[in-house]
Amino acid sequence: MNPEFLSWIPWLVVFPLMGAIVTFTFPRIATWAGLFTGVLILVATVGLVAQTLAYGANTYSLGGWGAPLGIDFRVDGLSAWMLVISAVVGACVSLYAIGYFPPGSKASDEEKNHKRRYFWPLWMFLWAGLNGLFLSNDIFNLYITLEMVGFSAVALVALANSRNALTAAMRYLLVGLMGSLFFLLGVAFLYGTYGTLDLTLLGERSRANMATWVAISLMTAGLIVKTAAFPLHFWLPPAHSNAPTPVSALLSALVTKGPFYILLRLWFFSFASLDTTYADYLFGALGAMGLIWGAAHALRQSRLKLLVAYSTVAQLGYLFLVFPLARAEETGFTAWTGVLLFLAAHALAKTAMFMAAGNILQALGHDTISRLAGISRLLPKSVFALALAGVSLMGLPPSGGFIGKWLLLDAAISQGRWWIVIAVLCGTALAIGYVVRVIRFAFEDPIDLPQVKSVSAVMEWTALATALLASLMALASSLPLDLITIDAPAHVWPEVGVGP
Amino acid sequence: MIFNDWLPALIVISSLVTGVVIFFLEEERARLRMGLNLAGAIIKLVMVGVLLWGVFHDGVYEMGFSMGTNLRFVLRADSLSVLFVTLSSLLWFVTTIYAVGYMEGSRNRSRFFGVFSLCVSATTGIAMAGNLLTFLVFYEILTLSTYPLVVHKGTQEALRVGRIYLGYTLGGGMLLLVTIIWLQSIVGPVDFQEVGALAAHASEYRFELTAIFAMFIVGLGVKSALFPLHSWLPMAMVAPAPVSALLHAVAVVKAGVFGIVRVVYDVFGIGFANELGVLTPLSWAAAFTIIYGSMRALFQEDLKRRLAFSTVSQVSYIVLGTSVFGPLATLGGLAHLVHQGLMKITLFFCAGTFAETLGVHKVNEMDGVGKRMPWTTSAFTVAALGMIGLPPLAGFYSKWYLGLGALEAGRGELIGVLLGSSLLNAMYFLPIVYAVWFKKRRDPWPQERKHKGFEAPWMLVIPPVVTAASVILVGVFANSSFSPLQWAQLIVERIYAP
Repeated sequence: MNPEFLSWIPWLVVFPLMGAIVTFTFPRIATWAGLFTGVLILVATVGLVAQTLAYGANTYSLGGWGAPLGIDFRVDGLSAWMLVISAVVGACVSLYAIGYFPPGSKASDEEKNHKRRYFWPLWMFLWAGLNGLFLSNDIFNLYITLEMVGFSAVALVALANSRNALTAAMRYLLVGLMGSLFFLLGVAFLYGTYGTLDLTLLGERSRANMATWVAISLMTAGLIVKTAAFPLHFWLPPAHSNAPTPVSALLSALVTKGPFYILLRLWFFSFASLDTTYADYLFGALGAMGLIWGAAHALRQSRLKLLVAYSTVAQLGYLFLVFPLARAEETGFTAWTGVLLFLAAHALAKTAMFMAAGNILQALGHDTISRLAGISRLLPKSVFALALAGVSLMGLPPSGGFIGKWLLLDAAISQGRWWIVIAVLCGTALAIGYVVRVIRFAFEDPIDLPQVKSVSAVMEWTALATALLASLMALASSLPLDLITIDAPAHVWPEVGVGP
Repeated sequence: MIFNDWLPALIVISSLVTGVVIFFLEEERARLRMGLNLAGAIIKLVMVGVLLWGVFHDGVYEMGFSMGTNLRFVLRADSLSVLFVTLSSLLWFVTTIYAVGYMEGSRNRSRFFGVFSLCVSATTGIAMAGNLLTFLVFYEILTLSTYPLVVHKGTQEALRVGRIYLGYTLGGGMLLLVTIIWLQSIVGPVDFQEVGALAAHASEYRFELTAIFAMFIVGLGVKSALFPLHSWLPMAMVAPAPVSALLHAVAVVKAGVFGIVRVVYDVFGIGFANELGVLTPLSWAAAFTIIYGSMRALFQEDLKRRLAFSTVSQVSYIVLGTSVFGPLATLGGLAHLVHQGLMKITLFFCAGTFAETLGVHKVNEMDGVGKRMPWTTSAFTVAALGMIGLPPLAGFYSKWYLGLGALEAGRGELIGVLLGSSLLNAMYFLPIVYAVWFKKRRDPWPQERKHKGFEAPWMLVIPPVVTAASVILVGVFANSSFSPLQWAQLIVERIYAP
């Protein structure tokens, strides 16, 4: 049912696009224009959530032409939840960026000004792409928004302007393009077969035939590359760790979630009628291996930001456990909720962790883990943020990560899938290992403290606040339930599900 | 009344807020920090007093909210919670004074006291958790918040021990997590009930429930230092003395034991656990740990390590009391939960004061301490004699009722364990008591700090003297209505109510 008054849907894309234009044209006020856009997006997200809660899932047809002729935007519980996550994380990162990209006053600050000049428009463009991605109900539009996100992300990584960053950005670009091409090929197959690009119509028309399977395999392969799921994660750690800190946070927290969201759309909504038993096992196995592999590699890193980046590979592995777990009759919805909460918790915790790591990097001038001695005395707030975020990544209370992991384990144990339980426990043990390793060095208490550069208060407090959000999320974890049940997929909650 | 419903939450929050504020305090603000610490502790004590009164008269306070489907966060104050909450908030108050004196002039004090308060907050949360999920949440917070205290000195040794400590406790926590979820997937969410919650599911899931019980004991056994999961405890002695005192008397070790008590009485129910046949193995594990801990303590030269192994042994008395079916054994175990806390915290305070003022760490360096520091040494002596079980000190009552309970349950062999352990206690405590009072001092003290007027700074002497006095008082007045023993009696009546 559609709201009788104006829909908030278009504004979620229009605001950031306007923000991109303003920040690009008037670089002097870029920071404030960017922040203001962030506020507008927050307001629009709140409005959209309220509308969705009141009227249920609703559709907005661009220019008044609905599918199959026109292009539809559609919001349901899943999209709304993703939008909430990106609005909150986006707001935190925007705040952090004030401190990270300060206005340079002298002529020698040209590089500083250059970075600030391009960060804001690119970030706004990326935000527009993300919001569009979560709202599109059309696979070609999904492709376009995916590219918007991808290109701006590559440019943002390149902003760091170091040799490593440029190499990583180049690799990121090529891998991302390859992923998108696979996706586009799949789109072409589907259009050729069913004559529509609309997700809802595809859901009605799709049959289990060769063309469908080829198409969905191609798209899935492309999306797995873009999500950086094991074993196609190789490009992620260098790109995420060499980018400027706010960008690292955005990439890990939000950009990887975009393609994952599309995977959920395809497998749980449009192609839910296919027999997915084997695909689910494959996803589950990749997830289980990824969460162990990523954590094991995180444990071996000598640089803090690389460690955090590998931890993203591990945490993405947990998300893929949703495929086998959420199909079950009774506990499917437990797993579905668990993964969505886990996703939010990871977004917040990872943002906080990258911020804290960035603060340490800026203060010490390096982020070698074994040389962090004394840092807990110099940057207590950042170390506290790092520890709190770490608690969420380990899945220990009090944190959103704990609730997410609890629900996942609950589903896995109830369904008797002990292999998932064991994988999750191994991943947890490894996560404890890599988080404690950092904290251990941070607690070392030398007589002579290292010389440090000052870190702006905004950066320290934002890191701490974001980490607190990740922890306190546990207390509010029943609130999103009403939202994410709206049009949840038929398999995971039969009573409220959509579709035939 | 709204205030009443929120009382358990307020008690937890009071020290949480104190902790967070102190954490962000400037390092130099020593007076403000101390003021906040004491204010937090006193406010908490007052609220605990109200709670104590309320639970005595009306029964149970409960508040909770949902954290999702089948996930309820419940704080519930019943008589067992009150026993533990009262103990921890009283000892927190005393330990805070001691810690202020002990940490004077050292670095990172804001971090220390901030985390210290968080740790107490977690302990009270454990005491008042109303279901397994809430219990686990606070249990893990306790693990995490004690880590910075254990590694506080920041030395390589402390950091190494910290890693081992986390390895043990988080490992136990993970096992606990799986156990709780498994149990819930069989029987649904489990709230603590004074008669146990599981008896209804007895016949269908005997095997699963037995396995779950074993997993509970192993998971909780790490913190309660049951053999062979105890090795972290003696190592954790690298922490500053007030931390050791807190860890041994009220926080970590007690949290583990308290968990076992909850699982036996309020999850499984003592009757059902007995019928399931899981209590006897548990009682043997406890009995073995009692003897093993005492044996190891006998051979420790380092005073704090000797006390640590003594804790391993003494804490298992509580487990023993829990694992023997019958009201008298339960009474002995629960009373010992408090008695052991009072005695052990006194001993650790004294050990810390000796080390700080005289540089005495080893047992053989203690000759003649009594003459130099009569107050502290008296406190030490009282607590040591209490540990041995000399009437009318606190420890006597625990052992007496444990023994009676063993007889009542037809477990006469456990009397042997109790006697043997008492003998061993005497063997490792009496030589110290003899040496401090009757041996002549020959060498100078290893590292003496002169102190004007009194034997040591008053903040290091008053706390052990007060707790030692309480060891005598709870023994002498064991029959007055708010003594730990009588309170344990109240709990026992509610547990074994027909």
